[in-house]
Amino acid sequence: MAAGISDEALSPAAAPLVEMTGIDKSFPGVRALSQARFELLPGEVHALMGENGAGKSTLMKILSGVYARDAGVVKLNGMPVEITAPRQAQDLGISIIHQELALMRDLTAAQNIFIGREPRRFGILDEARLNRDAAAIFASMNLRLEPTVKVETLTIAKQQMVEIAKALSYRSRVLIMDEPTAALNDAEIAELFAIINRLKAEGVGIVYISHKMDEIKRISDRVTVMRDGEYVGTVPAADTPIDTIISMMVGRTLTNEALVIPNAADAPLALEVRNLRRGREIRDVSFSLRQGEILGFAGLMGAGRTETARAIFGADRREGGEIWVRGQRVGIASPRDAVEKGIGYLSEDRKLFGLATGLDVRNNIALASLSRFTGPFGVLDEAGMAKAAQGAIRQLAIKTPSDTQEARLLSGGNQQKVVIAKWLLRDCDILIFDEPTRGIDVGAKSEIYKLLNALAAEGKAIIVISSELPEILRLSHRIAVMCEGRLTGILPGGSSQEEIMRLATMREPAMELRHAG
Amino acid sequence: MTDTAAPAQKSGIRISGAFHRLLAFSGLIALVVVFSLASPNFMQTQNILAILQATSVNGVLAIAATLVIITGGIDLSVGTLMTFCAVIAGVILTYFGLPLPLGVLGAILAGTASGLVSGTVIAKLKVPPFIATLGMMLILKGLSLVISGTRPIYFNDTPGFTQISQGSIIGALVPALPIPNGVLILFAVALIAAFVLGKTALGRYTFALGSNEEAVRLSGVNVDRWKIAVYATAGSICGVAGLLIASRLNSAQPALGQGYELDAIAAVVIGGTSLSGGRGTVLGTLIGALIISVLANGLRILSVAQEWQTVVTGTIIILAVYADILRRRTL
Repeated sequence: MAAGISDEALSPAAAPLVEMTGIDKSFPGVRALSQARFELLPGEVHALMGENGAGKSTLMKILSGVYARDAGVVKLNGMPVEITAPRQAQDLGISIIHQELALMRDLTAAQNIFIGREPRRFGILDEARLNRDAAAIFASMNLRLEPTVKVETLTIAKQQMVEIAKALSYRSRVLIMDEPTAALNDAEIAELFAIINRLKAEGVGIVYISHKMDEIKRISDRVTVMRDGEYVGTVPAADTPIDTIISMMVGRTLTNEALVIPNAADAPLALEVRNLRRGREIRDVSFSLRQGEILGFAGLMGAGRTETARAIFGADRREGGEIWVRGQRVGIASPRDAVEKGIGYLSEDRKLFGLATGLDVRNNIALASLSRFTGPFGVLDEAGMAKAAQGAIRQLAIKTPSDTQEARLLSGGNQQKVVIAKWLLRDCDILIFDEPTRGIDVGAKSEIYKLLNALAAEGKAIIVISSELPEILRLSHRIAVMCEGRLTGILPGGSSQEEIMRLATMREPAMELRHAG
Repeated sequence: MTDTAAPAQKSGIRISGAFHRLLAFSGLIALVVVFSLASPNFMQTQNILAILQATSVNGVLAIAATLVIITGGIDLSVGTLMTFCAVIAGVILTYFGLPLPLGVLGAILAGTASGLVSGTVIAKLKVPPFIATLGMMLILKGLSLVISGTRPIYFNDTPGFTQISQGSIIGALVPALPIPNGVLILFAVALIAAFVLGKTALGRYTFALGSNEEAVRLSGVNVDRWKIAVYATAGSICGVAGLLIASRLNSAQPALGQGYELDAIAAVVIGGTSLSGGRGTVLGTLIGALIISVLANGLRILSVAQEWQTVVTGTIIILAVYADILRRRTL
C-alpha cells in the first residue's frame, strides 16, 4: 500500500487503473494460470499476447468477473477488489467486448445498449429517452449511427461499435477487447483504431488481445506476453522487435520425444488441393499430401484451417478450387462424397460434430459403415457389428467396459479413438484430424500421437490441424502454415517455432515458400 | 480459456430408459389397482376389452409419432392424415366399388405418400418439422373434406370392412378370448415398429439423427434420405390407423382427426420418449397410450365428468415429464 502511494506521488498520471498480481487459476486437471500478473494504466492500450492456451482469456475472465481466481490480488485504482460476477465488474467500470459479439440481433442499437436498464416513465418504457441517450454516446464516440437501426442490419464492425458504446454507457474505465479485428477489413480497422485513440485520450485503459503483430505495433503502448499460464514479461510496443515478442511467446523448450517418422517423400500422392477458395475464410489454398505422410496445419485461431478441412470434406460448400484424390480429380459436394473417396474428418468438437453421444460405442464405430452390416429387409447384422467394434476396441486400445457402453460416458481420448475407429472401419485412407488432442489429458495425448504415427506408417495420408506448436512439431513431416485464410508457407518438419509463428502472423504470403517441400 | 477446459468426465450409474418405462408401467398398474378397488365394473372382461379397443387407434398413431419424435422432429399431421387415409379407403371401396385388399393398400399408400411429402419438405426445403407438419395437417384436413364433399363415406357395400377392427380372429378360435382384431393390429404394428427401431438400419439412423444429426451427416450418411424414410414410415402407420378408425365407425368421417395428434404426442411423452430426440421406445409409447385410455375409462366408470378427464390427462403429462427431468438430474 505504501509503495502504491509513493508511486502515485512520483507520477500521479500513471497510477495503475488495474493491478493483478500472483493470480492462480486451475480447472479440473488443468492449471490455467500460475502467478500471472498484469497492469493497466489510464489512457494506455496494453496488448496481451500469447499462444492459444497461454491463459490470456482466463486472466481477463477473472478481471471481468466470469471466473473466480484461486489466489492472487486484483486492485482497481489501488484498492483491492473482489469481483465475483460480470454485473459487478460492469458496475466497477470494467467491460469486456467478446470475440463473438453478444448482441440481440432483432433489437435496435439503442435497445441493445440499455438492455436491462431501460429508462422508464410511469412504468412504461421511455423509448425517446433511450434513443436520445444512445445518440449522445454515439456522438461522444464521433460515430454516425442511428440509435433506432436494427443490429442485424449492421456490419460486424458497426456491431462492434455498438458493443463499445454499450461499454461506455456503463462509464467503463477499463475496456477489454478480445480479438476485435478478427472480422474487420482494413477500413473498418482504421475506424476502430480512431475510436480507440479517442477513448485513450479520455483516460480509458484498454486491454487489447490480439495475435496480429502489425496491429499490436500500430495501436498499443505496451505488450505483456504470457506463456503456459505464466507471466513472461512486459515490453514497450514501439521499440521491441517483433522477433523478440515472438520468442517470448514460444520460449518454452520442446520436450524432445523421438519422432518416429519414416520418410514419405517419394510415396504416391494421396490428396491434392488446388486453389481452394471460400470467401474470406479460404483464399486460394493449394497443397498436396502423400501416402504415409503427416501434414501439420499450424496457424492462429481464425486462420482458416478448420474451414479448409471442412471444405475439402464437403461439410461446407467451396466457392472454387479442385480436389484430386490418388491422381484423379473428384467432385466432392457433401461429406458422403468425401467418405466414398476415402476421406475421413475428425472434427474439432467431438461432442457437437463427431460423436452421436446417445449411441453406444458399437454403433458409433459402425455409423459410417452401416450399409456393410445391412442384410435383407434392412435388418442389421448386430453380431457382425459387435465383432468389428470389438476388433477396433482391441486394435486402438479403447478403454471401455464393453462395446455397448454409451459413447458419452467415455473419456475424451477414448471418444477420439472411437471416431478414429469409425473411419478406419469405413476404409478411409485420407484422415483429417482437427485438434485431435483438444480436451485430452497428457497421457492420452501421447497415445494418440503414437496411433497417428502408426497409421502413417501403414500408409494412411494424414492432415493434423493443431493450435499447439509442440504437437505440430512432434507429428508432422511437413508443416503448412495459414494466416487469415491464406496458406503463407509450407515448412519442412523440424522447423523452429519462430519460423512457424512468423508465417502465422504474416499478412502477405511469402511467395518463395508457397510450394516448398 | 475454452481450449484448456477439462474434458467432461461423466461418470455415474447408468440408468437406462428401462427405469422410465418401469415408472410409466407402475403408474399404469397403480391406475388399474385404484380403479379396480373403486369400482367392481372396472375389471370386467368386457371393460378391459373396451379399453384395449379404445387404445388401438391412438396407440397406432402414437407409434407413428414415436418414430418421428426420436429423430428429433415432430409430426402434427398424424390425426388428419389418419382421416385422409380413411377417406381414400372410402373412395376406393365405396365410390369405385373395388375389392377390400385394394382399399387397405390404398389407405396405407396414401399415408406413405403424405409422409414422403412431409419428409421431403423437412429434409430438402429445410422447413422446420413443426411448421411443415402443421401445414400438412391443414392441407390433409382440407383435402379430406374436398374429396368426400364434407359428407361421411359409409362402407355398407363392403361387408368385411368392419371386421378389420371389430371382428375377432382369436375369438373365433378361442371363444373365451374375444380380443378384437383392432387390438391385434395395434400389437402387430407395435412389434413391427419395435423391430424396425431395434434391428434395422432405418431404426439405427432414426436414433442417430435424434442423437446428433451433424455427426451422422459428417459420417457420410445420406441424412435427407433417411429422414424422409422415417416420415414415410410414420405416414404408412397412420394409414393403418385410418383403416382402424373407419372400420370401427363403419365410415370415413372427414371432419374427424384434428386433436388426435395431441393425444398421440401425449402418449409418446408419457411413455418416456424425449421430445429432443435420440431416446424412446415403442413399448413406452404403448404404455403411455394405455394410461390415457385407462384414465378415461376409469374416470367415466366413476362418473367423473368428461371435462375433468382432460384436466387429469394434462396433469399426468406434466408429471410424467417432470419425473423424467428429476431422473436425469439425479443421474
